[in-house]
Amino acid sequence: MALTGLFLSFFLIIHLAGNLQLLLPADEAQLQYNSYSRLLGGNIFVKLVAYVLYASIILHTIDAIYLGIKSKRANGASYSRDKRGRASKWYARNMMALGIIIFVFLVIHFKDFWYSYKFGELPLDINGNKDLYTLVVVAFQELWYVILYVIAIVALGYHLLHGVFSAHRTLGLYHPLYSKIIKVLGIIFAVVMTFGYILIPVYIYLTHEL
Amino acid sequence: MKIHLKIWRQKDRQTKGAFKDYTLEDVSKDMSFLEMLDTLNIKLIKSGERPVEFDHDCREGICGQCGVMINGIAHGPLKHTTTCQLHMRSFEDGDTIYVEPFKAAAFPIVRDLKVNRSSLDHIIASGGYVSVDTGQAPEANSIPVTHEQAEAAFDAAACIGCGACVASCKNSSAALFTSAKISQLAQLPQGDKETSKRVVKMVYQMEEEGFGHCSFTEACQVECPEDISVLNIARMNYEYNKARLLKK
Repeated sequence: MALTGLFLSFFLIIHLAGNLQLLLPADEAQLQYNSYSRLLGGNIFVKLVAYVLYASIILHTIDAIYLGIKSKRANGASYSRDKRGRASKWYARNMMALGIIIFVFLVIHFKDFWYSYKFGELPLDINGNKDLYTLVVVAFQELWYVILYVIAIVALGYHLLHGVFSAHRTLGLYHPLYSKIIKVLGIIFAVVMTFGYILIPVYIYLTHEL
Repeated sequence: MKIHLKIWRQKDRQTKGAFKDYTLEDVSKDMSFLEMLDTLNIKLIKSGERPVEFDHDCREGICGQCGVMINGIAHGPLKHTTTCQLHMRSFEDGDTIYVEPFKAAAFPIVRDLKVNRSSLDHIIASGGYVSVDTGQAPEANSIPVTHEQAEAAFDAAACIGCGACVASCKNSSAALFTSAKISQLAQLPQGDKETSKRVVKMVYQMEEEGFGHCSFTEACQVECPEDISVLNIARMNYEYNKARLLKK
């Protein structure tokens, strides 16, 4: 769980860095983003990383289901009056619920962009690259679609807020000072990823008119 | 003080339990929570009813025997306090108090508020000791232990094994309990030698007993009467991963 989670967190940085190209001026962004997408698709190293990514998503999901079942079994009967929530953060207690939101979002995200790019018929830009940029921009013209993204990214943000430092502890980081540093870095990471990923659809919605 | 109680009554593990209402008049605010239950039991015995069964021993907050859910919180509203050290001054006149046993698959109910916590003993028995025959007590300074090491080991050793960590955990994990013993012994030269063997055995036993996994919500430390640090769990994971990776 920790290893796949940390790999997926690392992937988020790369993914965000690439997608920030969408914020460039429209003409420049279109050619650059489409060219970047083609470059990624044709690179054997990137392909290998992509397979690790797919495997990580699947393993992370399976592990979550396994741990959910284990937890249910271990809990036995529930409390009639339960105020245990005072001792922990709500998002730490609801990682499974946040994970389900993220998973549903990923299915939509993969279907709309990854599947359409890999297997769909997309028009070409003037450089002859598949025009993924226009596909993204058109999708983010819909307000409900932008809201869906914002909700999913906020869920992702809270998932990271607990997940990043928790993963380090699962791997065995017990030094008091470094644990604190990782906790702070984890918070910074979650905030940067949340606002970074929210910025893209919101910016496109507000600035682009078709 | 007038106190209304809703107490979990359950004859045995097989019988279905339910809350039963009681009211106590003239409860002193200086009574401990257990003394308040004693008062209730005297009243029940006098009226020919079966008294409420609950675990207790030292009543000084050091044995780990007492432990119930009070208003949905292990050991009640005060943090880092055992049930026996909770006093009625923490409640208001006319309050209704819900009292339930710790609930976890690994803590089967014996009767009323009493649960069987032998699963914690099984974890300790699986490796929570130093197996070397030490013979006579050696000269105190023959094995150097720094003050910091001794303090850190003692912080972990302070665990009284009450099970509040399990009861407070959303996964019913015994990771804090298990890791406290592993961490205590790993920090001392006498115990460190067997750390690899110990951690594997104890983690395996923890799984066998049916406890859940740790997801680091940190609720266990918040409610722990001894404020045992969750970093002990991280240390247990470190020792476990090391033992598994470096297995010969």
